[in-house]
Amino acid sequence: MNRTSFRKLLAPSVAVLALSISLTACGAGNESDAAAGDGSSEATGGLSGDLNGAGASSQEKAQGAWATGFQGANDGNVTVNYDPVGSGDGRTNFIEGGVSFAGSDSYLTDDEGELSAAKERCNGEDPIEVPAYVSPIAVAFNLEGVDSLNMSADTIAQIFDGKITKWNDPAIAEENPDADLPDEDITPVHRSDDSGTTKNFTDYLGKASSSWSYEAEDAFPVKGGEAAEGTSGVISAVSGGTGTIGYADESQVGDLSVVSVKVGEEYVAPSPEGAAQVVESSPAAEGRADVDMAVDIDRTTTEAGAYPVVLLSYLIACQSYEDQAEADLVKGYLSYIVSDEGQQAASEEAGSAPLSSSVAEKAQGIVDAITAG
Amino acid sequence: MATTVVAEDAGRAKPRLGDRVFSRLALVAGIAILAALAAVFIFLAIEGVPGLAKPAEFYGSASTFWGYVAPLLFGTVLAAVIALIVAVPLAWGIALVVSHYAPKRIATPIAYLIDLLAAVPSVVFGLWGISVLALQLRPAYAWLDDHMGWLPFFAGPASGTGRTILTAGLVLAIMILPIITAISREVFAQTPRLHEEAALALGATRWEMIRMAVFPYARSGMVSAVMLGLGRALGETMAVAMVLSAGGGISFNLISSSNPASIASNIASNYKEGTPGKIQVLIATGLVLFLVTFLVNFAARWVVQRSERRLAR
Amino acid sequence: MSVVEAPVRPAPEAVSFTAAKLPRIAPVLVAVVAIAAAALPVLLLGWGLVAWVVLSALVFLVALPVWAAAVEGRRGATDRLMTGLVWTACAIAIVPLASLLWTVVERGLPAINTTFLTFSMYRTSLDQEVGIYHALIGTLLITLFAAVISVPIGVMAAIYLIEYGKGNRLARWITFLVDVMTGIPSIVAGLFAFALFILILGPSARLGFGGSVALSLLMIPIVVRSTEEMLRLVPDELREASYALGVPKWRTIVKVVLPTALGGIVTGVTLAVARVVGETAPLLLIAGLTTRTNFNVFSDRMTTLPVLIFTQNANPGVAETPGGTPPGIEIAWGGALVLIVIVMVLNLVARIIGRIFAPKTGH
Repeated sequence: MNRTSFRKLLAPSVAVLALSISLTACGAGNESDAAAGDGSSEATGGLSGDLNGAGASSQEKAQGAWATGFQGANDGNVTVNYDPVGSGDGRTNFIEGGVSFAGSDSYLTDDEGELSAAKERCNGEDPIEVPAYVSPIAVAFNLEGVDSLNMSADTIAQIFDGKITKWNDPAIAEENPDADLPDEDITPVHRSDDSGTTKNFTDYLGKASSSWSYEAEDAFPVKGGEAAEGTSGVISAVSGGTGTIGYADESQVGDLSVVSVKVGEEYVAPSPEGAAQVVESSPAAEGRADVDMAVDIDRTTTEAGAYPVVLLSYLIACQSYEDQAEADLVKGYLSYIVSDEGQQAASEEAGSAPLSSSVAEKAQGIVDAITAG
Repeated sequence: MATTVVAEDAGRAKPRLGDRVFSRLALVAGIAILAALAAVFIFLAIEGVPGLAKPAEFYGSASTFWGYVAPLLFGTVLAAVIALIVAVPLAWGIALVVSHYAPKRIATPIAYLIDLLAAVPSVVFGLWGISVLALQLRPAYAWLDDHMGWLPFFAGPASGTGRTILTAGLVLAIMILPIITAISREVFAQTPRLHEEAALALGATRWEMIRMAVFPYARSGMVSAVMLGLGRALGETMAVAMVLSAGGGISFNLISSSNPASIASNIASNYKEGTPGKIQVLIATGLVLFLVTFLVNFAARWVVQRSERRLAR
Repeated sequence: MSVVEAPVRPAPEAVSFTAAKLPRIAPVLVAVVAIAAAALPVLLLGWGLVAWVVLSALVFLVALPVWAAAVEGRRGATDRLMTGLVWTACAIAIVPLASLLWTVVERGLPAINTTFLTFSMYRTSLDQEVGIYHALIGTLLITLFAAVISVPIGVMAAIYLIEYGKGNRLARWITFLVDVMTGIPSIVAGLFAFALFILILGPSARLGFGGSVALSLLMIPIVVRSTEEMLRLVPDELREASYALGVPKWRTIVKVVLPTALGGIVTGVTLAVARVVGETAPLLLIAGLTTRTNFNVFSDRMTTLPVLIFTQNANPGVAETPGGTPPGIEIAWGGALVLIVIVMVLNLVARIIGRIFAPKTGH
């Protein structure tokens, strides 16, 4: 009795053991020749090792593209890991020294002492902040028989504030004389999670319209209404409902119709070029260090072709690192990101807007000065 | 009762090394659980207590912590209650089919299918909830709004996307169904064959046999199953965050688009972009959820104990 | 009524000891009639298939007990009604399950091929193909270690509760607190594990094992609760028989009690594994995200399937053709299908193990 039960135990456990050994024995099919951390091979970029970052989930897809390009430039001897834990958590991780760089949808401030803390983490030097990821935020809607609409910031603000509730409201009709607007309820959809997208969107509404009385915040300020988790949630809610309108990254709106936003006297549809243009012409945030490229986006721009509803996401790093290898990796990676090649890769993979050349040049200069010591 | 006496006698008669080691190991495992729970509690308390009394701007429009947490707590409990009301009878029904009604060749696949449901990751429940269930329920909500609008639960206006707290409750119900079913099924199946046959031999119908032989024997297990399901429903994070259109206040209106979020989903949604101060507030809400789970279990245990005393075997 | 009347009526030829019963074919007959009866308003008013099914079920649930009440009496009718309800419950539960599985299979199947299963996401140029191998390994290892932590602790704790601590104060507290533990939200477990490992290993700690610890916090209560219930149901006669033969208590537990309860324990463990294998929030925090395959749970980042599904779905990228499915969405559904298949296989293996070790007699 005893023996049989042990023999019975033997078969499955041997099978499990064999399975786990065979699993451990073989790596992924595409990683066979790449050896991380093997510094001996002559790579074109000459770098090796792991580089870890964390932060805004908006950057995740772009980070994937940048990591790929950077890994390729170094013959697969480096690995870049980016944890899309969110801007706030990414900044905290960076400040605590958990990661070498952070991605953040908003620049560091001293509201809760984050800027000073980051300075402390970087041995008393001002932290580097460079724009890396620019994405136009589209106001997308789902309304039968209507393919495009023109709206001013005031109209958009009133819709999301619940003041305009019908699609055939005079305010909308006045701006769209040609559209056949139905007598249907408007269901505005906003983000239920805190996000940089919401902050930038509400910042736009606050600055460009006179009827939005709330502060720019990560959390959507109006109580109630339809809310959805993440960009993909907003997109599903807008496309799933009828008479819905929401805001999301332009690259994700797919088949949905988008609103052209009033800039000056023109109506401008969201486009990467328009977004990059706004970032270029926006004034720098006040009282920042030379290596800090934080800007306050000019939401009220009247420049032709500019599209002011944009999300601008930064990379945060230190000017110097104690470890030579870490410094080289951060410098190499960040300089790839702001390079033409990096920006193009992100635009292909993530649909972001490449930085304009003057912004990219300035960023390149800052990043190239990263040293060890 | 008899066992304990016998066992202790046996132990006293021959205090063997094996017995001492084994009982010590069992005790250590039990204490390890207490330690882990205490550690989680201490962690929540240290990180969360500062979040109880922050300046008003940390609590959004609510301006005090209790104003901030009250709708969340309400949403958590409401969604969990909906889930239990839907899932418990269904789960017990399925468990009975598997253990007593269906022939073995049907019962095994059914049991397997339900177990499969337990394997679906909550993210997928969320995706399915938005893209399939919510859309299917939209006409039902419109109908409820039109015909049953006099009930406060269906006051409307009906959600245009179907992503209401009722939908979230239904998704939760489907999520906790496998846990409740699996455990109930196992305890039903453990009913001594002799008890069942005795009942049948006395002329009981199958339902009477189940009521008189199976349920009394399985009561404690059935309660455990429900409590496990409740725990999961209270603590579920991702699926609720994805399905629920959150952001409203306390309301019994089940079919509108403005619903209170649940505590766990609120933490998950807002943790990502949170500054350190905001995160303390979120962890404080986690602490509240912890205490509520504590109270709910305490109450449930008390009720069960009372009914058990009344029906003492 | 008829039950009472049956014996009263004189039976000239044979005395019948059984009460009057509906013919065996009755349920089928009523079902056919119910479907036909429900078809009438459905056709007249132009309702859909769903309404037809629901109406048929309602008619069936009313008609059969009513007929049974007329022939078999109140007890028979109750029995018929409960049988009908129990089966209806089963049918209702199958509907969302079928819908869910269908959605996952339909959307996940196109993504699955050899590359998808054997490649990781590590790329050196954008046109390379990617797969989920790294996440597959991550999920298996992290879940395995979570099980290695929680199954012994959970089962031993349940043994303490039932066999040793029976009813004492400590045991009562443990039982109670285990219930409380089921309510820990997964994100809190993740935050806790994160804080714990940051404290021990410094701020850059990211390791798969941290994820295992977070997951075992979620697993342990399920293992303890289900094991406890199963052990409680082992008949005392078995234990007493073993003691009477002079077998020490611990050997009785290992050789008699545990094998008797094994089927249920295995179910509990499988449930617990299934519960945590799909967890996202805690793993993203402590185990991080990487594109490479990592076999070492004790150092470096490790991706798991749910985290991959979540992040890919949140940032799906740009579709190659306008209006097409973004690559991330395809990967997410493919990953979901693979995850379900993994748990299905684990479940099957667990069942087989349970059957091999279960005692031959019994239920």
